[in-house]
Amino acid sequence: MTFVNWLKRHLVVIAGLITLGYLLLPNVVVTVFSFNKPKGRFNYQWQQFSLDAWKDPCGVADMCGSLSISLQIAFWATIGATALGTMIAFALVRYRFRARGAVNSLIFLPMAMPEVVMAASLLTLFLNMGAQLGFWTILIAHIMFCLSFVVTAVKARVMSMDPRLEQAAQDLYAGPLQTFLRVTLPIAAPGIAAGALLAFALSFDDFIITNFNAGSTVTFPMFVWGSAQRGTPVQINVIGTTMFLVAVLLVLGSMVVSNRRNKQKPL
Amino acid sequence: MATLTEAPPPLTPTAPEKKPPRKRGRFTPYWLLLPGILWLLVFFALPMIYQASTSVQTGSLEEGYKVTWHLATYWDALSQYWPQFLRSILYAGAATVLCLVLGYPLAYLIAFRAGRWRNLIMILVIAPFFTSFLIRTLAWKTILADSGPVVSTLNTLHVLDVTNWLGWTAGDRVLATPLAVVCGLTYNFLPFMILPLYTSLERIDGRLHEAAGDLYAKPVTTFRKVTFPLSMPGVVSGTLLTFIPAAGDYVNADLLGSTDTRMVGNVIQTQFLRILDYPTAAALSFILMAAILFMVTLYIRRSGTEDLV
Repeated sequence: MTFVNWLKRHLVVIAGLITLGYLLLPNVVVTVFSFNKPKGRFNYQWQQFSLDAWKDPCGVADMCGSLSISLQIAFWATIGATALGTMIAFALVRYRFRARGAVNSLIFLPMAMPEVVMAASLLTLFLNMGAQLGFWTILIAHIMFCLSFVVTAVKARVMSMDPRLEQAAQDLYAGPLQTFLRVTLPIAAPGIAAGALLAFALSFDDFIITNFNAGSTVTFPMFVWGSAQRGTPVQINVIGTTMFLVAVLLVLGSMVVSNRRNKQKPL
Repeated sequence: MATLTEAPPPLTPTAPEKKPPRKRGRFTPYWLLLPGILWLLVFFALPMIYQASTSVQTGSLEEGYKVTWHLATYWDALSQYWPQFLRSILYAGAATVLCLVLGYPLAYLIAFRAGRWRNLIMILVIAPFFTSFLIRTLAWKTILADSGPVVSTLNTLHVLDVTNWLGWTAGDRVLATPLAVVCGLTYNFLPFMILPLYTSLERIDGRLHEAAGDLYAKPVTTFRKVTFPLSMPGVVSGTLLTFIPAAGDYVNADLLGSTDTRMVGNVIQTQFLRILDYPTAAALSFILMAAILFMVTLYIRRSGTEDLV
C-alpha cells in the first residue's frame, strides 16, 4: 500500500525519468560502442573492449575530411543565417509596415514544410539553373532553412525586451548607433546566441536537404549514411561521443558564466 | 530586488506584443528585411514554383522535359503510391501520439518538479541535438538487434506475440518492422515535442495549482481542468513540429525499416535521386505538402489556436 502511494505521488517524476532514459539510451550505446573492437565491417554487436578508435579517430579514410566540410558549412551557414535572421527579427518586432503578415508566413513556411519537399524543390531550381552542386549549393540551402529558426529565437527575446530602456538611452543623449550597440544589442544577445547555436546544430546535423543538393561533396552526416551501407567504423562513435560531451560542457560552461554574471550584478 | 523603490511592472512573457514606437526612417524595416526575404524568395519560394512546373511536365531525361500540363502524373503517382502515403500518415501520427505521451511527463517534470536539477535535465534534453542524429539512429540498430536485450525481453513477456498479431512486428524481430520505424521516429522528434511543451508549462502561474487545490480539486482534476488546457499552445505546436517532419522523413524508414515500411519520403528520394523521374517526384512532393497543409489547417481549426505564427 505504501509503495503504491509512493508510486502515485512520484508518478510524474518516474515517467519523466523514463522518457529521459529513452532520450539518452542511444547516446549511452554510442559511447559504449566507441570502445568496441568489432569483428566484421559493422559495429552493431559488442565484441571486445579496445581503445583503438580513440587513439586514432581520423584513421578512417575520408571521415575527418567530411567532418571538416561539415564544420565549415555549419560555420558559414550560422554566420549567414544569424545576420539575415537578426535583421528580419528586429524589423518584425520594432516596426509596423505593410506586408508584415506576408513576411511572417514566409518565415513560418520553411519550418512547416517537410524537409524532403524543400530538398527536392531546391534541387529542381539548381538543375534548371545549371548550377554546379557542391559546397556552395549546400551552404545556400542551409542558410535558407536555418533562417526561420534564427528569426523565431531572436524575435522571442526582442519581444520580451522593454522598449523603455532604449527610450531612456535616447533621453540620455545616446545616438541611434550608440543606443543600438550599448543597449539593444547586449540585451538581445542571448536570443541571438540561441539562434546561432540552433543554426549551427541544424546545419551540422542536416542530412535530407544536404543529400539532395550536395552533388559529390560528402558532409559528415552523408558519410555516416554511406557507412550504414558499407560498414560503420568505430571512429563514428568516437566522434558522436565527443560531440555530445562538447555540447554538454559548452552549455554547462555558459551557465556557469551567466550565473557568475548575475551574482556580480549589484541590485 | 527589494531595493528597487520604483520597480517597473514585471513583464510577463505572455504579454501581448506591444505597439512598437514609431521610428524615423520609413524605409528602415524594408532595408532590414531585404536580404533575408530575398534569400527566402529565391531559394524557398521560387523552387516551389519550379517544382510545380516540373510536376506537370512530360518527357524523358535524354530528350528533356516540357510543360504539357500533364496532370495525370498526379493521379498515377497517387494510385501507385497510396500505401506509402497512408503509411507515412499512420507512422507519423503514431509517433506524434507517443511523443506527446512520453514528452508531457518530462516537460512537466522540468517545469514544476525538477528544482535545482532543472538545468541539468534541460541540458540532457538538448545535448543529443548536437550528436549527429544519424549516429543515434544507427544506435537503435544495436538496441533493437535480433539477439539484443529488447527483443528477448519482449519475447519473454510475450509482448511480441501481441505485436505480431497486430502486424507491428514480424516473427522474432523488431528491426525492419513498423514498430522499429515508429520507435525511431518517436525518438528523433521527441525533443521537438518536449521544448514547446516546457515553454508553455513554464508560463503557468504556480498559484493556479494552489488555488485549484484550495478548492478541493484532486491532482488529476487540477491537471485536467487547469494545467492541460493552459498548456494547449505547447501541445499544438509540439504536435505540429513532430508530425510534419515525421511524415516527410525517410531516414528512419530506411535505416530501421524494410521494403515493407517505406514511406513517401523514401519514394520521393528514390524517384528524384536514383530513377530520375522528376515529374513523378515533384507530383509526390506536392501531394504530400497538400495533405499535410490540409491536415494541419483542420487540426489548428479544431484546437482553436491560430496565433501560432
